[in-house]
Amino acid sequence: MSATSHSTAHPSPESPPDPLDLSTVPPTPITHLSETESLMAETVRKYATTTILPLARAMDEAETMDPAVVESLFEQGLMGIEIPEDFGGSGMNFTAGIVGIEELARVDPSVSVLVDVHNTLVNTAIMKYGTQESKRKWLPRLATASVGSFCLSEPASGSDAFALKTRAEKVKDGYRINGSKMWITNSMEADLFIVFANLDPSKGYKGISAFVVDKSAKGFSIAKKEKKLGIRASSTCVVNFDDVDIPSDQLLGEEGQGYKYAIGILNEGRIGIAAQMTGLALGAWENAANYVWNDRKQFNEYVGSFQGMQHQLAQAHVEICAARALVYNAARKKEAGLDFVKDAAMAKLYASQVAGRVSGQAVEWMGGMGFVREGLAEKYFRDSKIGAIYEGTSNIQLNTIGKLLQKEYTKS
Amino acid sequence: MPPLRILVPVKRVIDYAVKPRVNASHTAIETSGVKHSLNPFDELSIEAAVRMREARTKKPPPPNSASTPEVADILALSAGPPKCADVLRTAMAMGADRSILIEVGEKEEQLEPLAVAKVLANVVEKEGCNLVILGKQSIDDDAGQTGGMLAGLLGWGFAGQAAKISFTEDGGGIEVAKEVDGGVETVRGRVPMVVTTDLRLNEPRYASLPNIMKAKKKEMRKVGVGGVFGWRARGGEVEDGEGGGAEEEGGGGKVEDVDGLVGRLKELGAL
Ligand SMILES: Cc1cc2nc3c(=O)[nH]c(=O)nc-3n(C[C@H](O)[C@H](O)[C@H](O)COP(=O)(O)OP(=O)(O)OC[C@H]3O[C@@H](n4cnc5c(N)ncnc54)[C@H](O)[C@@H]3O)c2cc1C
Repeated sequence: MSATSHSTAHPSPESPPDPLDLSTVPPTPITHLSETESLMAETVRKYATTTILPLARAMDEAETMDPAVVESLFEQGLMGIEIPEDFGGSGMNFTAGIVGIEELARVDPSVSVLVDVHNTLVNTAIMKYGTQESKRKWLPRLATASVGSFCLSEPASGSDAFALKTRAEKVKDGYRINGSKMWITNSMEADLFIVFANLDPSKGYKGISAFVVDKSAKGFSIAKKEKKLGIRASSTCVVNFDDVDIPSDQLLGEEGQGYKYAIGILNEGRIGIAAQMTGLALGAWENAANYVWNDRKQFNEYVGSFQGMQHQLAQAHVEICAARALVYNAARKKEAGLDFVKDAAMAKLYASQVAGRVSGQAVEWMGGMGFVREGLAEKYFRDSKIGAIYEGTSNIQLNTIGKLLQKEYTKS
Repeated sequence: MPPLRILVPVKRVIDYAVKPRVNASHTAIETSGVKHSLNPFDELSIEAAVRMREARTKKPPPPNSASTPEVADILALSAGPPKCADVLRTAMAMGADRSILIEVGEKEEQLEPLAVAKVLANVVEKEGCNLVILGKQSIDDDAGQTGGMLAGLLGWGFAGQAAKISFTEDGGGIEVAKEVDGGVETVRGRVPMVVTTDLRLNEPRYASLPNIMKAKKKEMRKVGVGGVFGWRARGGEVEDGEGGGAEEEGGGGKVEDVDGLVGRLKELGAL
């Protein structure tokens, strides 16, 4: 899940589908969801509040994902949202996935990112770039049993993702991978890893290729699990590849195309993170709204009745709705086959800013009760911070947006 | 016991979490733009029906399920505006096999419990159902009458407010436990039968995403409300296909005011 400022320089590799002709489609409110998408929102909300909410605090304290949660995510069909039914998935559309990620984050952003990375990065990588054979091999597993991780970042390459040092070399019957990846989400739970490694450093980033590595591969190991500020139930680890040999059919797509794949996948993936942050902001806001308008009285009035409070809650809600509009718009544009790179960057940038602001204020609105680890207010606040870091920091999003704007507005 | 053909009537109601408001013309509750969902009691009914099926199909079989008969059909039905398709999709995503939407226009008169029971009785006959599982009430009107009236119309056994439904060991009967003040009352009956569900019967599932997608492909038949009465009239077995009122049947009469009432009572020798 790394960032890169190259995002705009290269178009995504697969020939893009013809954009949908929207000229005759009557416009609808951006919050209008299809029947499938509303059912998705409704079921995930119910699922999250009954299954995940009771465990959210304990998982955060223990800094681990409860295996029962992972199991239930598979049962629920949330691990193969867009994977076609023929491959054991749910066969839904991209926006349905976005809605699901948002609803999960409203309750627990850690579970949300697990689902997000698995679906928008790993499943998408195989669906978009895998051969028919590798789809048959991996997709059913990913939809029903195996968590996936996306390994791009390294100790020395974060924002500058394509400076990665992990090497791949051709050996008899396949490839050998050597190197180290850092910050790998889901790595404790995962069985499958999409790994970016350079096959030919003399070609610079054009040597980067993508591979599928099974956890059981010899030489693969998880080194260190990070202790984090937020999304603590989501695992983030260093993973090492020490002469890991993989068969040639575990090359994803074509040699030397890895950088293009990474850009393409992360452009979409960002919409997922934006949805996570929007859901988080809403969850934090609702948690506080419930308290100030129903529980807490001072000066004989609900504290949320004071205008000073009401205005802040109102302002925050407006920002959440604005973030959500950006997120859904980016998702719809992607689905329609339109160019959405700037939209995704804007949505991710703004949603993470809103999440940070609103969850911070929500702590204050709840006074001391917002500050203790009994409720979830302080957890939302801690969890919000990651939004400005992974899948491209806020500065990197601004770089992308700024470059595109300059291109658009430069005369001649 | 014959294979069960279960009818599960479901209603689209204002979501339980919504605070209802009176509409602008002060005639009823405001329903437009308000979140609606499946009546919570009806979720229990569907869950109950689906669990009956799973007693035979699930591996490993759930405990105490050996005597549960085969379930041949789970039919969900809703009568109301076109939007009721939503709750039928939910019912099918939870496990109903197919559904019927009895269309009642938004502007047409809303169906009262007796009318609903008559609609259901027609459907039961037409579709050959032998077990009806329905909520003990819907959370909008809280009338709680439909189930009992349906059993009456059909002349079937009735067990209300089920907190537990089980099948007797010999496979011949249904046992329904109902929570009452100070204990549990158990009724035993045989199909065909009408059962209404109560809160503690089960914990309804939320549909999984693949099942939501599968539900899209399941059959949803749409019928006008008049058409349903037609089914029964053609069958000719039960009178009252057009819903005759009390006066036609010779009961009751109307008086204008209190004086009229007193006069009429005197006339009848009651005063
Ligand atoms: C919890 C967590 C989970 C993660 N999960 C994954 C994962 O699953 N897979 C994966 O591959 N990676 C993952 N990452 C890595 C993540 O994408 C990187 O942390 C991120 O891209 C930033 O890289 P960095 O940490 O090296 O920061 P750096 O790149 O060192 O950035 C430091 C600061 O410099 C700024 N900066 C850098 N370059 C520029 C520039 N050109 N212009 C302006 N400012 C700049 C940044 O905005 C930032 O503020 C994860 C990270 C975390 C913390």
